[in-house]
Amino acid sequence: MADTVIEVENLWKEYRLGVISHHTLSRDLQSWWATVRGKDDPNSPVGTGLSTVSLPPLDGDRFWALQNCSFEVKQGDLLGIVGPNGAGKSTLLKILSQVTAPSKGEVRFKGRLASLLEVGTGFHPELTGRENIFLNGAILGMSKGDIRQKLDEIIAFAEVEKFLDTPVKRYSSGMYVRLAFAVAAHLEPEILIVDEVLAVGDARFQRKCLGKMEQVGKEGRTVLFVSHNLEALLNLCTKGVLLQGGRLVAAGSAREVVHHYVNQYATQKTLQHWTDLETAPGNDKAKLVKAQVRPSDGSCDTICSDAPFEFDFTFFSMIPGESNLDVTYHLLDERRVLVYVGSTAFSRNDSFKPGFLRATCRVYGNLLSEGTYTVSRLLLVKDRGTIVYEHKDVLSFQVVHPSAGREGWSGEKEGVIRPKLDWDLYPCG
Amino acid sequence: MPSTVKEGQPVRWDKVIRPRSGWFDLHLGELWRYRDLIALFVWRDFVAVYKQTILGPLWYVIQPLVTTAVFAVIFGQVAKLPTDGLPPFLFYLSGMVAWKYFADCLNSTSNTFVGNANIFGKVYFPRLTVPVSVVISNLVAFAIQLLLFLSLLVYYWATGSAVRSHLAVLLLPVLVLQMAALGLGFGLLVSSLTTRYRDLTHLVGFGVQLWMYASPVVYPSSSLPDKWRWMLVLNPMSPVIEAFRFAFLGAGSIDLHSWLISLAITSGVLLVGILSFCKVEKSVMDTV
Repeated sequence: MADTVIEVENLWKEYRLGVISHHTLSRDLQSWWATVRGKDDPNSPVGTGLSTVSLPPLDGDRFWALQNCSFEVKQGDLLGIVGPNGAGKSTLLKILSQVTAPSKGEVRFKGRLASLLEVGTGFHPELTGRENIFLNGAILGMSKGDIRQKLDEIIAFAEVEKFLDTPVKRYSSGMYVRLAFAVAAHLEPEILIVDEVLAVGDARFQRKCLGKMEQVGKEGRTVLFVSHNLEALLNLCTKGVLLQGGRLVAAGSAREVVHHYVNQYATQKTLQHWTDLETAPGNDKAKLVKAQVRPSDGSCDTICSDAPFEFDFTFFSMIPGESNLDVTYHLLDERRVLVYVGSTAFSRNDSFKPGFLRATCRVYGNLLSEGTYTVSRLLLVKDRGTIVYEHKDVLSFQVVHPSAGREGWSGEKEGVIRPKLDWDLYPCG
Repeated sequence: MPSTVKEGQPVRWDKVIRPRSGWFDLHLGELWRYRDLIALFVWRDFVAVYKQTILGPLWYVIQPLVTTAVFAVIFGQVAKLPTDGLPPFLFYLSGMVAWKYFADCLNSTSNTFVGNANIFGKVYFPRLTVPVSVVISNLVAFAIQLLLFLSLLVYYWATGSAVRSHLAVLLLPVLVLQMAALGLGFGLLVSSLTTRYRDLTHLVGFGVQLWMYASPVVYPSSSLPDKWRWMLVLNPMSPVIEAFRFAFLGAGSIDLHSWLISLAITSGVLLVGILSFCKVEKSVMDTV
């Protein structure tokens, strides 16, 4: 069994809401004077206790950004940290990278830890690329010798050879990020902490960065990675933890955790029906009246991956005269990967007069994998090309594995679809 | 405590992050390990400031020259303050050079937390590296100005003015060290307080200005009436400036007694400064 390199034990972090001090001496004195005279503090936060924020755990004017988090990270783990905004991910990373201290609890780790909460921290715009490599490297904890040794590698990785002696203020933002990431990627710490820094840079460079991090992991180093890009996270990470409202909700393999996370936030919407045309979504040409997804076999209400199910969309068209209309939708999986585009245009070519228009689409059983799906775009299209009306994220639903009689997750999802293909298998020769 | 678990073998952790530390958790050894960073900060300060300026480091010379000339006119010609029988220009310049290093150190370190919040919020390194590097990079400006002062001194000396340098110039490193320590100490103290009270930054600006007039920069301490002498004793900078002037120009004297007091104050301020700085640095990013 690999060594434990990070141990987080009962970690709490408190932030004070409202006012600790008023940041000016005069207002502190004012508050003090008011208290002395027995009056209300003129600087006390307004509406304490009436907070409309329900999410964060409030305790008077305190706010616990992290509550009793404990977990361990083994050497060589690629740990993904997921959670909605405000879950405490950044706070956790800040504590781990020693930018701020915890309120209670302890973190212990072995080896050198480097964190990349932001790319290009400490870059000086007036200095050249080469000079900034040294400066940034030193800020991240490298010695001059280390950097000199790695210089060529860093330059090659960043692909900025030609601009090395140009001040970085003249760099494009892409070059800037590449250079910054290159420095950090060559730190060679035993533990690397990476916050959502790959949001910048083009797709090719993002892939390169992920590749670099993967390589770092293969070298037996430990990586902690925070990202809202679940796909990147799944590709990279082996382990995962899910934070929510400051608490550690789930820990396990990256897949389990991401699945847990996604399921929790995918509120199922299997039926949307607007009975009043006035308030129905749409424009002056068409309205959406109803959208539904349901198993074809009306006796059950869960959609099983081995049984057919159907979509049912109803529009109200107000386009005068006869027009060629089609209904099209995009189906995404939980990682927001496009599974397919379904359209009546693939099989029909009809014209319609103004009025209600209903489209039903039957999907075979044994096509989709289990998981959460979203109809991201529902379109009414005129003349094979003009979008009359588009409705976003209209439906979202769950496809479950039929043999998973038990609740929830039964195993790893393998592939975007799981079609039952026409196989033959027989002894031969 | 699970730090001694698994196969009965104590686990060795390289670093333990805990909520709060005592007053004496200074980890100054870390500062030494980050010496390369200090060197790079010094170099950055020096290089970056004068990029895209026409005169570059020449500003280090122009500034004190012009200020001294103004002083010589206002205090020497108009106010007719005594200069202990020294050439006015040399007298004012010596005061300026010594005072300016101290004032620069204080001013530029007093903004450490607020000015570097964006870096401090993103990456860890010993925070003391920043003020220490600032003090060192100010040394470069000081050296240039000292050179200017020395060349003028040689000029006056060659033209037969009544200046004679003392063997006490050997004390220069001690004096410089004291100026740096005093400026750093006050700067650290102020910077840890500014995390709470932003208005202190305004106070520092003109406080240092006023302090200069309370120090024997534009007048010799011998010209001060006896009833204000206590002020010079309490002011740790006045013996330093006096000693500096005595060493190079041979006027005035070194009062060992008041210098010892000033040394004591200096070490006290430096200690309190470092302690409060290290105390604040852990939680500062939550309040700045």
